[in-house]
Amino acid sequence: MKHLLSGNEAAARGAYEAGVKVCSAYPGTPSTEIFENLPQYKDSLYCEWAPNEKVATEVAIGAALGGVRSLTAMKHVGLNVAADPVFTAAYNGVDRGFVIVSADDPSMHSSQNEQDNRHYARAARLPMVEPSDSQECVDFMKAAFEISERWHIPVLYRVTTRVCHSKSLVEFSDRKEIPYEPFVRNAETRVSTPANAYRNHRQVEAKMEEIRTYGTTCPINKTELRGTKIGVVTAGISYQYAKEAFPEDTSFLKLGLTNPLPMELIRDFASKVEELYVIEELDPFMEEQIRAAGIPCHGKELTGILYELNPELLRERIFGQKPETKAVKVDAVPRPPVLCPGCPHRGFFYTMSKNKNFVVGGDIGCYTLGCAAPLNALDSVVCMGGGFSVAMGMSKAFEVSGEKNKKVFGVVGDSTFFHSGMTGAAEIIYNKGNMIPVVLDNSITGMTGHQDNPGSGYTLQGEIAEAIRIEDVLKSMGFQNVIIVDPQDLKAMQKAVDDALASTVPAAIITRRPCLLIKRIKHDIGQCVVDTDKCIGCKKCLKVGCPAVCVKDGKSAIDPTLCVGCTVCAQVCPVGAITRKE
Amino acid sequence: MSNVKSILLVGVGGQGAILTAKVLVNGLMRAGYDVKMSEVHGMSQRGGSVSTQVRWGEKVYSPLIGDGAADYMVAFEKMEAVRYASFLKPEGVAVINDYEIASATIAAGQFQYPAGCLEAMQESFKVFPLKAADIAMSLGNPKCMNIVLFGALTHVLGLEEIDWEDVIRDTVPPKFLELNLRAYRAGLEAARAV
Repeated sequence: MKHLLSGNEAAARGAYEAGVKVCSAYPGTPSTEIFENLPQYKDSLYCEWAPNEKVATEVAIGAALGGVRSLTAMKHVGLNVAADPVFTAAYNGVDRGFVIVSADDPSMHSSQNEQDNRHYARAARLPMVEPSDSQECVDFMKAAFEISERWHIPVLYRVTTRVCHSKSLVEFSDRKEIPYEPFVRNAETRVSTPANAYRNHRQVEAKMEEIRTYGTTCPINKTELRGTKIGVVTAGISYQYAKEAFPEDTSFLKLGLTNPLPMELIRDFASKVEELYVIEELDPFMEEQIRAAGIPCHGKELTGILYELNPELLRERIFGQKPETKAVKVDAVPRPPVLCPGCPHRGFFYTMSKNKNFVVGGDIGCYTLGCAAPLNALDSVVCMGGGFSVAMGMSKAFEVSGEKNKKVFGVVGDSTFFHSGMTGAAEIIYNKGNMIPVVLDNSITGMTGHQDNPGSGYTLQGEIAEAIRIEDVLKSMGFQNVIIVDPQDLKAMQKAVDDALASTVPAAIITRRPCLLIKRIKHDIGQCVVDTDKCIGCKKCLKVGCPAVCVKDGKSAIDPTLCVGCTVCAQVCPVGAITRKE
Repeated sequence: MSNVKSILLVGVGGQGAILTAKVLVNGLMRAGYDVKMSEVHGMSQRGGSVSTQVRWGEKVYSPLIGDGAADYMVAFEKMEAVRYASFLKPEGVAVINDYEIASATIAAGQFQYPAGCLEAMQESFKVFPLKAADIAMSLGNPKCMNIVLFGALTHVLGLEEIDWEDVIRDTVPPKFLELNLRAYRAGLEAARAV
């Protein structure tokens, strides 16, 4: 019987069937569901959320050195965080199989950049597999572990959003138990002293050349010979698009193992067709190597390096066949994502939005949405943990320039605090930062769909865990004045900001209120209503940026299907026209 | 690829498009089709515009379609129908919920909700308009709006070999089964009456 699985569900299934024993990851779209689907196999394997991708990778490296198959997974930018251990792990090698999943996000559906992580495979000397549908997500996971174990090298398993979040049919197999490889000290290769690294570098290059040769015969590199006119070299989701866009008599070389590229296989394939096309999303990763090997081909001059592809785009860009569409006389207006009704972050950002001299360093999470109108309360968002440190740099710029009016705040979420905010907090204390760090603590990793973290009190496998108290961490670092506030109480929120700015000792703010979508907490849900007789139509309530509040016929109106009764709009109403219905 | 059919389900995050797609896909799988479905998670779910694509046929390669490639569209909100209209084939058919959700940009006063969304769609395409919210409300629960729309869709699809009621029975939680079956029938009836 076949099962309809997303690529992420299938990757988890593949890891289970491959006999993986230790799995560690940090959530990030589009990779998150891989690890959300591992606890169902917890009788056979151990899985966890680590504080960040670097830690997760290190745990998985350790497990593979310790003698069992291990897995880590992250979104593309997560691999930037994990890059340090990844590069050296390739040199050092592993004892049991170790697979690193990189889930890239072409078109940036839920990401801050569009980096193409295939470059990591080349730069770090990692063999790379690229599945193109859910069945391959299972099969290639097993292939990745085989390659990893055969050459004692970490393998990059690179997927993209449309592989991760598309569902297709999968056939299950039984799990293959991989016996524990009894641990033996092997410091000469596993301890990366310069002298050892010197040797290891030579070794890893030799391994890569062997794997390149293996690529010419390996079963996940497939040639489909049809006609001799057009040949397509492709991999991953691009294969699926190209299969629909190119004529029936097109020959395909579909690569599953894309680093190192099996150049002799490609050369042989190219010799059998009149015209060669390289079809890949984002960067000309394969194309540049193929051209450098002296094989003429078409590629990016037609397909472009921006955003994701689809069959219709390929047909248009390669064959000039523009799809037929019909115009509609009305234009839709933007519908961007927004902070939910009742979101605890709203009160904080509203308070920030009221003072034009506040400069706010933002971070990655739901609270990135604090940048949207009408709140407009973020001045930068770079990366996980950057909320504190980028703000620190701004405050130093103001300090050295004699700019005294600007007051700097840096925000991170609770999960982000443990991810990489703590080091920024240390920076602020150590280097006497003239700024206020703010932890927006909603008790969960929100944006990725509610994963537990070191502060939430639960593990991925559903066990009760020690909940690290953010205030204790901040206090022990030297923030003598840690102000904990309910951000939904606007007066208290304003007072917390005023007190922090007036503080003579290092101050930090924790806004604490759980995300309303957390299922295991009983929330106080209510309903706000507008007294239209009292409403003066001043539109101040619109300034909180709640999707439940709008103006109808000149008066404030609250959508009862959206409102949860948080009262933030009621607190800003100057005439008391909004009340919570009890 | 001519035997592959594509459908686009569009709406606002939280309207239940993914459950609807799941019922559809389960039925198609039962009928023996190869099926692929594409959805987007993460940031776009927070009240933003969302789309899910389902494709079926003897052999489906791409889970994703581009402009001018959808045979059918189900719009859970009428401005979203307009937003994704370019995905429809010129002869494509749309089931459109005659229902309006103001976006945050509208609520904030930056934009006005465009007038005449439904009429504009009707001018260009064959449209089955439906007041699914009213129908769902009359059944006692506004949340079953998605299955009302699904009922209408099954009329449009005409895949009569599939026992959709049985598929719903297998897909939705028992607690909501009766409600969803009534929603399905009401949607089907409403589409037949168009």
